[in-house]
Amino acid sequence: MIYLNGNPRDDGAGQTLAGVLELLNLAPDARGVAVAVDGEVVPRAGWATFAIRDGARVEVLTAMQGG
Amino acid sequence: MADSQARQRTQQGQGENGHVPIATPGPPESDPLTIAGRTLHSRLLLGTGGFPSLELLAESIRASGSELVTVALRRIDPAASGSLIEVLEREGVELLPNTAGCFTARDAVLTAKLAREAFGTDWVKLEVIGDEDTLLPDAPELLRAAELLVDDGFVVLPYTTDDPVLARRLVDVGCAAVMPLGAPIGSGMGIRNPYNIALIREAVSVPVVLDAGVGTASDATLAMELGCDAVMVASAVSRAQDPVAMAGAMRHAVRAGRLARGAGRIPRRTYATASSPDVGLAEF
Repeated sequence: MIYLNGNPRDDGAGQTLAGVLELLNLAPDARGVAVAVDGEVVPRAGWATFAIRDGARVEVLTAMQGG
Repeated sequence: MADSQARQRTQQGQGENGHVPIATPGPPESDPLTIAGRTLHSRLLLGTGGFPSLELLAESIRASGSELVTVALRRIDPAASGSLIEVLEREGVELLPNTAGCFTARDAVLTAKLAREAFGTDWVKLEVIGDEDTLLPDAPELLRAAELLVDDGFVVLPYTTDDPVLARRLVDVGCAAVMPLGAPIGSGMGIRNPYNIALIREAVSVPVVLDAGVGTASDATLAMELGCDAVMVASAVSRAQDPVAMAGAMRHAVRAGRLARGAGRIPRRTYATASSPDVGLAEF
């Protein structure tokens, strides 16, 4: 079980971060996207190898209209 | 006398930004503003929040003439239609990510780092909020976040209260500009303490960008007349009945205020000063 943008999911643990991003239909070259895992930024260069452990909180963010 | 000294001090402090060209006809683009080495030809910053559609946002950007627009960082919605980033790229504007919604220095710093990763910019409009109802800044957390981000190489533009002392402290830790509020975000209350905004202009040597509270064009003009170097608007445009028309109004308002500041207003007096001569007055 991981938490992907706050939603619990059973299909993320044990995958790479790139694999988890695929669950959101995000390619490794998705533009304007940044990821934090357990409160730490994971740079894009590390997405392919970063291992997502059970219980990980993955936040996938992008630009939204804002002040 | 005190006023002219203050103005001189301000202009010296502002460097090239302190120079206000005489009000000759010409494009507004002739009066650039420099923040941390980046030259902006428009002194109007536009927030992208609150626009009913991306099309209206794009049209408003064009009408405003703004070159620097803020965006927020939020969880991606795979089902969302239309890309904000693509619209902004098409309009040729620079992104200024904000840390809106952050209540601690820790969250704001992490959000700024994520924005840097997402958008490839080390500029950040730093917001650290201390109260949900007023959305007023949390001064100690703001100062702490600013210091951490400056140390990490960010160009930090902090959204701050209209407190000249805090503004100075923010500049002391290395902020590239300060963005004092006129009134709470989205309140449309204008500039509630114009004296403090003028004091902030005197207190710091970096650009001062009036942020938050602007409700209509005259508020933006007042900000510039008080000596601000630029104005940031969001809700005043995006929630106006006609956002595109208001964006155009803001563009002219900022320019008018800037020119009036340079022209030097007359002092306020209680009694009249005749503008027609006494000499040669007929006696009937």
